[in-house]
Amino acid sequence: MFDSTFDAVVPLLCVILAALAAMGAEAFRARGERMPIGGLGIVGLAGAGVSSVLLWNRNAASFGVILADNFGLFVTLVLVVVGVLTIMFSSQVVRRDALPAGEYYALVLFAIAGMIMMATANDLLVIFLALEILSVAVYVLTGIRRDDQRATEAAFKYFLLGAFSSAFFLYGIAFTYGVAGSTRLDRVGAYLAAQSMSDSPLILMALALLLVGFAFKISAVPFHMWTPDAYEGAPAIVTGFMSTGVKAAAFAAFARVFLSAFEPFSADWAPIVWIIAALTMILGTVVGVAQSNLKRMLAYSSIAHGGYLLVGLVAANEVGKAAILFYLLAYAVTNLAAFGVIALLGSRDRGNDELRDYAGLWHTRPALAALMTVCLLSLGGLPPTVGFIGKWYIFSAAVSAGYYGLAIIGVLTSVVSVFFYLRVVVMMYMAEREVAAAMPPRVTGVSMAALAFAIFVIVYLGVMPTQVLDLASASIATIF
Amino acid sequence: MSLQAYLTLAAAVFCIGLFGVMTRRNTIGILLGIELMLNAVNINLVAFARFGGDVTGLIFTVFTICITVSEAALGLAIVILLFRVRRTVTADHLDLLRG
Repeated sequence: MFDSTFDAVVPLLCVILAALAAMGAEAFRARGERMPIGGLGIVGLAGAGVSSVLLWNRNAASFGVILADNFGLFVTLVLVVVGVLTIMFSSQVVRRDALPAGEYYALVLFAIAGMIMMATANDLLVIFLALEILSVAVYVLTGIRRDDQRATEAAFKYFLLGAFSSAFFLYGIAFTYGVAGSTRLDRVGAYLAAQSMSDSPLILMALALLLVGFAFKISAVPFHMWTPDAYEGAPAIVTGFMSTGVKAAAFAAFARVFLSAFEPFSADWAPIVWIIAALTMILGTVVGVAQSNLKRMLAYSSIAHGGYLLVGLVAANEVGKAAILFYLLAYAVTNLAAFGVIALLGSRDRGNDELRDYAGLWHTRPALAALMTVCLLSLGGLPPTVGFIGKWYIFSAAVSAGYYGLAIIGVLTSVVSVFFYLRVVVMMYMAEREVAAAMPPRVTGVSMAALAFAIFVIVYLGVMPTQVLDLASASIATIF
Repeated sequence: MSLQAYLTLAAAVFCIGLFGVMTRRNTIGILLGIELMLNAVNINLVAFARFGGDVTGLIFTVFTICITVSEAALGLAIVILLFRVRRTVTADHLDLLRG
């Protein structure tokens, strides 16, 4: 049908149009004139959200390469939530740090467009294109504070290792194309299924290179070196955005490529991913314990969370696949809210992101301290938060698939990780405030509304996760 | 020439780029290494397209050339910014973030 050709790209188009509008608004803005550019972004993202809901269950495909199946739409909705929360937190940060508003919001929206494209792409070429669209935007966002030495260094390190990993990823795609004669995932899958008995070296090479490329993007050990530096140096809100959005998009593409196209070779890649998952969980947790900077600590924690997601990927049974999607949502909302609090507490000259800056926060900003506590408990996986439910399903998937070792490592590292999350909580409530410390800045209504929404999701899904879980398992059933 | 010859050439160029990235201390040198790696893949794609009788690889190559160029432009911009705020382009001197 001709008229439905564009259906699947409607969410993507909404976000791209909003990004272009943001650029246009900045270009035609008179010097000193205030424009609600962030509002444009919210409108575009709302359009993407509504169109994704309308496309649900329709399995629309555009040009054969963008596939709006329920899996892609679920991730799109997660990304829309990430985008809206990021923009709401940003309004205060952009004004405080005097960031160029038009560029900032346009880059955030282009990055989200790339992420949505990556989550719905059904072709290796389009996945690569989407990966680069989002990466280029996020490299610039990392270094958006051009006068800040640390941010610039972080942007450079992130760019270098990002480009380095894209080379591996692209090399893997080239081999896949050479072997299967197509870059379309369904054709690659069909070809590989016919070949599943013969382990040709080219296929294994393609598999290994793609795995390295994805592992870099989701910052799995041993390809995680860039993560702590990039996350610590970037502005806190950008860190929140990239630790959730980029990871969700990369994981969606990772799951789609490895669970559909390379499924016939799961006997080859599952043991490798097993080891990567175990190392990622252990290293992220153990090194995280030793950190004194909160952003760096949460960077290691997000590495560990990538490990938990990999456990779901290894288990690859019905529970595991649904658990990946649910965990992505849980992790995205929780982590973004935690970084949102850090961003709101910073000032223009100081990030206020050292652990000791949080001493006695309860006495000066009780609401923020309470909200941060909920986020940290959810990251640590304590009930009744969404983090607990997410981890519960991931580990039960691992057990039912027979991966007892992974489940045990996962539970043990979760227990250890609670230690460093609680350290922050103890600091906030029990430590005495340093006399010299400046009063944390006021928080605007928009940012507070974003925080309240995030906390509502964390607690609501922690108590009543069934609906979303059913949605996740229904959406995963459409492709695998 | 056979397909193997092209694949070997691509692999050799990729490895030279990889070696450059690993050993260079100057950030511009590292960027050059990454460019070599990305362009090695283009040789691979064109060779596969030529021997497979399929145009997808050629189209893919046009896309990757565009992406590579924009990435190089961004990389150089970041290096210039880095030089402005830090007065150095040597990778070893970038040690504000560690731990």
